[in-house]
Amino acid sequence: MLADIPVHRPSSLEEALALLADPPDGERPTPMAGGTDIMVVLNSRHVVPSSVLDLWKLDELRGLSVQDDGTLWIGALSTYRSIIASPLANAHCPALVEAARTVGAVQIQSRGTLGGNVANASPAGDSLPVLLAQGCDVVLQSRDGGRRTRSFDGFYAGYRQADIQPGELIIGFRIHALPPGATSWYRKVGTRLAQAISKVVLAGVAACGDDGTLTTLRIAAGSVAPTPIRLAAAEAAGLGGRPTDVAAAVGAGARADVTPIDDVRSNALYRREVSGRLVESWVRSL
Amino acid sequence: MRNVNGGLTVRFTLNGEAVEIRNVPPMERLLDTLRERARVTGTKEGCGEGECGACTVLIDGAPSVACLVPTCQVDGEEVVTVEGLAEDGRLSALQSEFLAAGGAQCGICTPGFLVAARALLDANASPTRAEIREGLAGNLCRCTGYQKIVDGVERAAEQERAGDAG
Amino acid sequence: MIVGSSPPRLDGADKVTGDAMYVDDLQFDGMLYGATVRSRQAHARYLGYELDPDYDWTDITVVTHEAIPGGNYVALMVDDQPALVSDLIRHPSEPVVLLAAPTREQAEEARAHVKLLVEPLPIVVDLEAARAGAGPIWGDDNIISHLEIQKGDGPGCVDKALAEHPDAILVEGRYYTGAQEQMYIEPQGIIAMPWGKGGIEILGSLQCPYYVVKALAQLLDVPAAEIKVVQAVTGGGFGGKEDYPSIISAHASLLALATGKPVKLVYDRAEDLSSTTRRHPAITWHRTAVAPDGTLLAMEVDCAFDGGAYTTLSPVVLSRALIHGVGPYNCEHAMVTGDIVATNTPPNGAFRGFGAPQVCFASERHIDKIAATLGRDPVALRRQLALRIGDTTLTGQTLETSVASDEVLDVALEASDWDRRRAEAEAINARGGVPPADPIPGMGTTGRLRGVGMSFFFHGAGFTGNGEARIKGRVRMEVRPDGQIVIYSASTDIGQGTRTVFPQLAATTLGVGIERIEMHTPDTSVVPDSGPTVASRTLMVVGKVVEDCSNALKARMGFEGGDWDAAVDAFFAGGGDGSVELEYQTPPHVEWDNETYQGEAYPCYAWACDVVEVEVCPDTYETRITGFWSAQDVGKAIHPVLVSGQLEGGSLQALGFAVLEEMKFADGQLTNNRMTNCIIPTALDAPEMDMRLVEAPFAGGPFGAKGIGELPMDGGAPAVLAAIEHATGLSLDSLPASPEALMRAAAE
Repeated sequence: MLADIPVHRPSSLEEALALLADPPDGERPTPMAGGTDIMVVLNSRHVVPSSVLDLWKLDELRGLSVQDDGTLWIGALSTYRSIIASPLANAHCPALVEAARTVGAVQIQSRGTLGGNVANASPAGDSLPVLLAQGCDVVLQSRDGGRRTRSFDGFYAGYRQADIQPGELIIGFRIHALPPGATSWYRKVGTRLAQAISKVVLAGVAACGDDGTLTTLRIAAGSVAPTPIRLAAAEAAGLGGRPTDVAAAVGAGARADVTPIDDVRSNALYRREVSGRLVESWVRSL
Repeated sequence: MRNVNGGLTVRFTLNGEAVEIRNVPPMERLLDTLRERARVTGTKEGCGEGECGACTVLIDGAPSVACLVPTCQVDGEEVVTVEGLAEDGRLSALQSEFLAAGGAQCGICTPGFLVAARALLDANASPTRAEIREGLAGNLCRCTGYQKIVDGVERAAEQERAGDAG
Repeated sequence: MIVGSSPPRLDGADKVTGDAMYVDDLQFDGMLYGATVRSRQAHARYLGYELDPDYDWTDITVVTHEAIPGGNYVALMVDDQPALVSDLIRHPSEPVVLLAAPTREQAEEARAHVKLLVEPLPIVVDLEAARAGAGPIWGDDNIISHLEIQKGDGPGCVDKALAEHPDAILVEGRYYTGAQEQMYIEPQGIIAMPWGKGGIEILGSLQCPYYVVKALAQLLDVPAAEIKVVQAVTGGGFGGKEDYPSIISAHASLLALATGKPVKLVYDRAEDLSSTTRRHPAITWHRTAVAPDGTLLAMEVDCAFDGGAYTTLSPVVLSRALIHGVGPYNCEHAMVTGDIVATNTPPNGAFRGFGAPQVCFASERHIDKIAATLGRDPVALRRQLALRIGDTTLTGQTLETSVASDEVLDVALEASDWDRRRAEAEAINARGGVPPADPIPGMGTTGRLRGVGMSFFFHGAGFTGNGEARIKGRVRMEVRPDGQIVIYSASTDIGQGTRTVFPQLAATTLGVGIERIEMHTPDTSVVPDSGPTVASRTLMVVGKVVEDCSNALKARMGFEGGDWDAAVDAFFAGGGDGSVELEYQTPPHVEWDNETYQGEAYPCYAWACDVVEVEVCPDTYETRITGFWSAQDVGKAIHPVLVSGQLEGGSLQALGFAVLEEMKFADGQLTNNRMTNCIIPTALDAPEMDMRLVEAPFAGGPFGAKGIGELPMDGGAPAVLAAIEHATGLSLDSLPASPEALMRAAAE
């Protein structure tokens, strides 16, 4: 029975990494944070892991802090609820707070974690475009390999393929500081206003120089490709131009960047068009 | 309690009382542990995937859907269900105002709404109607159109503030 | 007076404490858990089943159609639906094999180890193709039911009017509404237990206990007295628990008889969504000859309703649909026709409104189309055409009393400040939309387009025509020696408040406190058959019998107020019989011809007007409903809080139907069978509602009350689409007005 799947319950990160490096029953357990994804999968009986590694008690993976270099550290087990409540997150990554408020509703925000969202690797993950747009490093750790830090850009090699090596756990994120004068933006188009999976989710960071031209333009999107993506053509079309001049071209770039599909929530035509329009409207408003 | 292959013994506080439940399958849903083992059935199942909120309980004060929480994760924590909302065997202001406002119709979603409302009012004693709607957006009701649920929580907040002031 | 006040609902304390026991909360010694093995094919020959030889079947009981003692059909209207498939699979969720196991998990697990042997057949799922006779898969033409209603010139009336009035204008439209899920939050469930000598006791989540008695007596081939059906506290129904619980009861009973033990059969959400009834998808065609002054010279309305694979209640749905086919408007000549068409999908069934929401959507969109064609104000045109006292309905019924058309229009338009609100929306849109400084959370900051729309509608209360005379709903009331009064009725409380308003009626009529009144649990071994809990009839029809019983008791006791306990003591001291049982008396002068569909279709109608304000994001076509004002005629508000709660809840179901509720299918199988993707509105999607009660009393109802259970479902969707059209200029003729549909319309 599904409820009988064995659970390993380490009380420290060290113990957790040891269990991953050297699984007692030979098969590597599936890590579980707040359970909001894995329990849905288990209930639907689609996938049955051989065992589960419960990370919930690892308080050392919780918490937010600002580092000397201005980056915002968010422990992998930080819940959306804790991110929403964090003055640091509100000050240093307001788009992430907005994104956290759109995840499910309060019950999911209580248990769902940023690390879980990243590890689950859904192309529709609500927080992921924010991490891409603002810039973020993922910090992973394994018993044998120690700590490894890599850019979140490129973290997914393909649909639900995260760069998490065997034996590794995500322990946290270093979210880059916003450039001086930059503003950030978040927009989720869901099936409804709460408890919604996104049809399109977008995030952006932009700054203009003294001459009014765009010196920073980073845009990312979810639910429009097999992984969350940066909108490279859109960014290229906008950088160096005045927002009102380039807005249409940025929108056109976004339409070219995305490769959406038809599914039960929406269709490719809608996702492509809406990506273009929302990006265009945002750039025009800068 | 690591690497358990048989049933777990889980200890937690349920509505203020210490409980110990033996032989819990490791990945059993808290919802099933409450309903089938503790025989506390006020917490309801509407969907089994965290969508309807009928199984909302408080875990260390945080509103959570018991269908997505493995019971092993509440070991050592405080769990509150709808059965824990009454005060000294009498309806709390939240319960009586919710009822008087017409917030309960068929009643199947009511326990989840009341628990979510408890969490909301604990965090914000004077919520606006928009804040009440956001705080209850994880609970689906098909009977009321939500109007009288929002009314009930708004009235309960007033009562609780008046009680605190008095 | 207790009637007209709003005491907390009498079953409410249990609901806010968690004490109320729903079917899945109940446990019995030795109880087993059932599971249903279903077809996956929409249409196939069934050849048999295989049990996985490697699976341990020791504790599992397997039951098939061969275990059925009586006829293998679910008794309802036509005996075409088998309780378990024996030879032909007609839809992709048909029950074939039943299992019982000691635990829920085991039952679930065993289900995956049963293999059905089938030979697929060509499927028919497209409504228009099915109507044209594809297959056929039902009878020789797929037509389960056909109905026509004529008024005046009847057939050909539109062409005739066009010929006679050279200045007349032809307005045509095709309107589509899809399947809609009731989405009660408690999934369906039944417990069956062996009872007496070869009988069965049912405990379950259900609306109509006597439907279950009828179905089981036939299926199990036992006298009705051997079947006992008890309603558990029921977590919503909205029509969805009208007839389907008979099927679950049949399955649970077969397993209980096979094992000799109680068997619980509770569906999970996916099984409930995939297998149980939904609102019928429907296409409605309108052809109207309109005079330049707006007069509706002649109307032709034709409907095709997707019945699914079996008859179930669909002919009655079609009947109610056609009677409401031209809306609450005057039109001298009309021809209204419709078919229930069979397809290889699970049978569609009862859902609040019962055919009326589909045709009301069509007629209200069509009236807006006529107004636009003529350049008329939509409100002024409706006021011109509205039925009033002395006017004649489609079925030739002259309205003599209790018509609230003017009142509901006046109240709703005033509550919403219609003229100012419309003008303001137009001014805002002319300036580029709602300013970004005024954001709605989650809607971004692009200027949004605002629009305001309305609808005007009516809904007949109670069973059609002489239906109530046929059903003869009964109620018994008893005074006990301790002075308590017990109401015995099969009318169920599924959230709407029966267990509160019946005691209100009795207490007020008798002149005693409401604490004196108790309602017995609906238990068919004790309560008389009050008729089903459907059709907006419970308060108006069965409540009237409660009032009659109360009056009869009062007269028998000679109680004229004063000391009730003394009156009770004296009554019993004198050997009085404290029990009275009465049946419903149809109001005089109800004349109805069920062959021609002429006459008094309903004893009265309830009237309503909805006003909706929306904001539409021009980038994404997301629609948010930002305001809702409604005036609904309830005859008499017995319990204002409960009745407005009904109207608000029904209205949100209509608003959800308008913008976000959509069931999607592939080869007849539902593809969004989870609450995650088969969505209904949350508290954030719902607008604040300003619900105004209008009271145009109906003399035949208790204290003037009329049936309103279904009314609020009828008008929300067309009002939303009118508002979207006002905001964007996009005129949609189908539901839902999803962002994708609006984008498609904008591209055309």
